[in-house]
Amino acid sequence: MQGESLTVRNLEICATPLGGEEHSIVNNIGFTLAPGEVMALIGESGSGKTTIALAMLGYARRGCRIAGGSVRLGETEILELNAVQTRRLRGHRVAYIAQSAAAAFNPSRSLMDQVIEGALIHGVMDRHSAQQKAVQLFRELALPEPERIGMRYPHQVSGGQLQRIMAAMALITDPALVILDEPTTALDVTTQIDVLRAFKKVMRERGTTAIYVSHDLAVVAQMADQVLVLKGGQEQEQGRIAQILEQPAHEYTRSLLAAARPDAHLSPPETARGDELLRIDDLQVGYGQRDRNGHPDKVVLDHIQLRIDRGQALGVIGESGSGKSTLARTVAGLVAPSRGAVQFNRRELSPTLRGRTSEQFRRIQMVFQSADNALNPAHSVRRLLNRPLETYFSLDRNVRRCRVEELMDLVKLPHTLLDRKPGELSGGQKQRVNLARALAAEPDLILCDEVTSALDTVVGAAILELLVELRRELGVAYLFISHDISTVRSLCDDVMVLYQGECVESGRCEEVLTRPQHNYTRKLIGSVPELRQGWLETCQWSTQTEASAPLV
Amino acid sequence: MNEFRAMTHPRTNSRRRVTTGSRLPVASPARRNRPRLHLIRWVGLGLFGFWVLVAIFGPMLAPHPMSAFVSDEIYGGASTANLLGTDYMGRDMLSRILTGARYTVGLAIIAALLSSLIGAGFGMLTVLLPRWIEECIRRVFDTLISIPSKMMALVMVSAFGTSIPLLILAAVLSYAPGAFRIAHSMATNLATLEYVQVARTRGEGKLYIAAFEIMPNMIQSVLTDMGMRFVFIVLLLSGMSFLGLGVQPPAADLGSLVRENIGGLSQGALAVIAPALAIGTLTIGANLLIDSLSTSRGSQKE
Repeated sequence: MQGESLTVRNLEICATPLGGEEHSIVNNIGFTLAPGEVMALIGESGSGKTTIALAMLGYARRGCRIAGGSVRLGETEILELNAVQTRRLRGHRVAYIAQSAAAAFNPSRSLMDQVIEGALIHGVMDRHSAQQKAVQLFRELALPEPERIGMRYPHQVSGGQLQRIMAAMALITDPALVILDEPTTALDVTTQIDVLRAFKKVMRERGTTAIYVSHDLAVVAQMADQVLVLKGGQEQEQGRIAQILEQPAHEYTRSLLAAARPDAHLSPPETARGDELLRIDDLQVGYGQRDRNGHPDKVVLDHIQLRIDRGQALGVIGESGSGKSTLARTVAGLVAPSRGAVQFNRRELSPTLRGRTSEQFRRIQMVFQSADNALNPAHSVRRLLNRPLETYFSLDRNVRRCRVEELMDLVKLPHTLLDRKPGELSGGQKQRVNLARALAAEPDLILCDEVTSALDTVVGAAILELLVELRRELGVAYLFISHDISTVRSLCDDVMVLYQGECVESGRCEEVLTRPQHNYTRKLIGSVPELRQGWLETCQWSTQTEASAPLV
Repeated sequence: MNEFRAMTHPRTNSRRRVTTGSRLPVASPARRNRPRLHLIRWVGLGLFGFWVLVAIFGPMLAPHPMSAFVSDEIYGGASTANLLGTDYMGRDMLSRILTGARYTVGLAIIAALLSSLIGAGFGMLTVLLPRWIEECIRRVFDTLISIPSKMMALVMVSAFGTSIPLLILAAVLSYAPGAFRIAHSMATNLATLEYVQVARTRGEGKLYIAAFEIMPNMIQSVLTDMGMRFVFIVLLLSGMSFLGLGVQPPAADLGSLVRENIGGLSQGALAVIAPALAIGTLTIGANLLIDSLSTSRGSQKE
């Protein structure tokens, strides 16, 4: 046992926006952890999760200040240490595992050098014993080739492996407290399960005290002993994990639980099937130079066959790199296929944008994943919504203004937002504007590329609800791309599972998702964490066998 | 201070909270937020604005015509009659600077505007054109970049003789490629963003995308770049005039004022120091202004 107890009392952190007044962003937070316990901080983005977690290192981000309270780790009062003592604390007694391991590693140094750096800086052990310890940690974290993986560079291992190596880096000095800041959020579900399993094992064995920051209740259910629910820097509820999951006392906790599994209360509307709208036959898409037979260098999608009827929704699921987004971009005309054809409304679509008619542009609209990038920051909301109206319809000014207001009502946004720029909107509002812009064209088919995945669970669930409603009222068809099975289940009639660019299974949504035939589909469904404790131990799926295979 | 806090936070433990905060040397946010660059900006704006005003109103304010011989004394010092002394032919230096500044400032502004317009315009459009056209245009600009600006100006002047349009052309040819490179790399990044792709799938034309989707998001950097080019062009034109290949007599810009009075250098004549100082203050002013503008933009982004 090496963990130490952690007591936080009356923690208050203040921030000063540029040119603004100082105000507190985290208020009166307190909790107690016994040695070896894991506390989960959960809440939407901006709720102060990471800010609190960083305060355990005695650190406040630029423009912030730890204004008061106490953080006591074992016998040490962290907030009363001076700069030299704090430096000795960080990376030694308290370690931090960041969300994006890819951004946290230095690409020009080997993994081993970076893993043992902390131990060498703090003089805990010499180079040789540090390397031995690292290899031992690699083995415990179930990394392939533990003896040799340290010689590789960050780009030579996969995302899930890198995340585990980062855990090794944090654990090398045997810290008393580990901060895990959304360590699996950027990973695919199939990878996440192994990382979670490895984390849990090493932390249990060492008895490390930990703070686990996450927005995913199902993940937290597997990892944590206690939960602190946050909103706007205020504590909403605190308790043992079992109590929070089964008898949530606070309203906000209940809404989080409901949003975590949207398919529990949302289902695709009953709509009559119309004529064939989109049909794809034996599609192949690739990047790079094409050889003599027109075969591209790197094939991203192959043998894709699908059909969407008017008013129908087709979900496409798969992990990152499976070619989901490429499929949408091919239909939109941004990528030209190397073989096969896309038929829209029984007419063949030109493979590139150049050959398409204005009418075809209007009837297929694409909604991108990140509303931050999809809305031009220089234009106001009114301008963004006006433009498709100007391009596709010849309306006079007053009609156009009415139509813009109608669209705002449709996506449930107040008209007062019309003159704001995207930078002044919240994430959910931006995604609604993004949708409204697509709806402005009165399309027959909307290509949704991961529209909810960049949003908080509660906000994402609201967007999903809106999509279901729009389907019912306007009868638009969706090609809905997602990596989240429950969102597909709550919106789509049909589903298609992509794996490494090929369709492994497709059919009616309830059929495929309840009785999957293909092994990969089963694994994909089985890897989604369930909202109950002990799921991780019973889950049989693992990527271990593939992880040791050579990386592409 | 503590009393003030206790007043604003009427909680009982407020005095204690101040002492229990982290003792780390954190830059106090109040200090961090204080606008530090205002002095530099005002100095820059003052110097630059002064020279723009001189360029506009200088000739009207000049006490004497530019080429009038007002004194028998050459390289005269400052006196009440001639505030900045007299030049090598006994002409009033103040009047000559007030008139000559128009050439330096005017030519440089026109040339800087043209270089940025051409550079940024091509930079944006090439991103949207087919790849082979983009490559051709880029190679042309790259070739121009490889020629030293002063050499090119000298060659052009010796081939075609000097004239004001030719000087502008030389400056534009020297400085547009740099502007193109910067604008092109920014536009390349912007063009891959999703809002540009949304516009493309909406069926928008290339000109619309360049002017309304890409342009507004890079205009700030283009303007900063233009300011920098203005400074370079002032130095290029002054250098040309100093070599006797720039603006020709009887007209004179600041560079040629330095050159024609170079004989007075050994006597420390005001006639050579004054126009040199004028060039210095103009370029330093423009530099300070650009620096403070681009820094304040950087801190806004944080």
